[in-house]
Amino acid sequence: MVGIGDDSMDQSQLIVEASNGSRRALARLLTLIQQGDQECIDSVLSFSSVKSIGITGPPGVGKSCLTDCLAKIFADKGERIGVLCIDPSSPISGGSLLGDRMRMEQSGVHDRIYVRSVATRNSHGSMPLRLKAMISALSMAGMDRILVETVGVGQTEIGIVSMTDSILLVDGPDRGDIVQAEKAGLLELADVVVVNKGDLPGSEQAAANIRSGLALGPASNVPVLIVSALNRTGINELVEALENIQLRASVEIVKWRHRLSSAIMDELVSNPSFDSTVDDLAEGRISIEQAIQRIIRQ
Amino acid sequence: MGPLRIVVAKPGLDGHDRGAKVVARALRDAGHEVIYTGLRRTPEEIIRIVEDEDASILGLSSLSGAHGFLFPRVCDLLRENGLNDIVVFGGGIIPMADRPDLFSSGVRAIFGPGTPTEEFLHFLNEVKKRRISNEPVGVGFSDGWHWR
Repeated sequence: MVGIGDDSMDQSQLIVEASNGSRRALARLLTLIQQGDQECIDSVLSFSSVKSIGITGPPGVGKSCLTDCLAKIFADKGERIGVLCIDPSSPISGGSLLGDRMRMEQSGVHDRIYVRSVATRNSHGSMPLRLKAMISALSMAGMDRILVETVGVGQTEIGIVSMTDSILLVDGPDRGDIVQAEKAGLLELADVVVVNKGDLPGSEQAAANIRSGLALGPASNVPVLIVSALNRTGINELVEALENIQLRASVEIVKWRHRLSSAIMDELVSNPSFDSTVDDLAEGRISIEQAIQRIIRQ
Repeated sequence: MGPLRIVVAKPGLDGHDRGAKVVARALRDAGHEVIYTGLRRTPEEIIRIVEDEDASILGLSSLSGAHGFLFPRVCDLLRENGLNDIVVFGGGIIPMADRPDLFSSGVRAIFGPGTPTEEFLHFLNEVKKRRISNEPVGVGFSDGWHWR
């Protein structure tokens, strides 16, 4: 038995145990991956990833609640589900309050569901470093499907497209007029769009606005559904839509662009001289150009 | 090493979570990663969450008078599941007369109303020191030590 805090197991043993279904070994492995343990990262990245869905959208639209609902439905069908819930780290203290489990009353402790709260730590944006390796680790540990719930995002935080196979964009009623839905950004990359809180007034109108925004562009086939994670309405239709996602060539290019740029960013921020370079900048000892010279062209 | 991962849990039927949230916030501001369970968790659910999150510290909050059953039950389950290294602390309305039994069940510190936030940060520092010097501090290794 692997004890948490027990460092007696080396990386290769952990990987074997996690592959054999030990939750505790998986939990420890994810910790090491997030800390940047290269041996673990290299080992898990050699496993091909299972189907993954990114669940994203603005703060407060019900992403955690909907993630809880979906994980439970897939698990009840017999699948093993890995869930990564991302919350921001404080840029000042580095600490994080990971509160998604508050909303995950059904799936948080289910035998076929593994939930892990992930802080963004020192990542450049809203995606934690090494998220791809964490998804691979869950795949290796026998999960059939992986759900990644992002931090609450704005219109341009599209980093999740580089991490998961498909994107479920969650919106809510009363989120603005039709011009919001015409704006470029995240909406164009979604594979399925839902208006959650469908029990509240305004959800029909919100869905109609999104549909009309999508209708004129290349994403006109993207389903826009109304659901209520709270009342469990519209969920079966959502599951069906998720099972029938058609990948679009125009989005594949975007995905690879973001995979490449986020991999470069990971490398950059993980560079041993990154933190000391930031200190030098803050103290006025070097310029931005010199910093770039030091880190990239060293 | 990364930041400490700390689960702050509300066992039982008690719905008072102001204290737990203040503690969670203070730990966050001290640079730790705090996983808050939400209300009304069973001891079994709390164990599962600690395991899946690879946490090393568990804070239990109770203001309903059920601490005498719930805290020792959580400590027993941690030991039964081999989670011997987890450090457990408690908070809430815990009468002085009840504390010796909780300490001997494996709880390492109890913080009542009015505790300054620095107090449990000092406790965590002491936990770190004991870990580094290999002195027992986890729930599975009792030498009778507890905070104040």
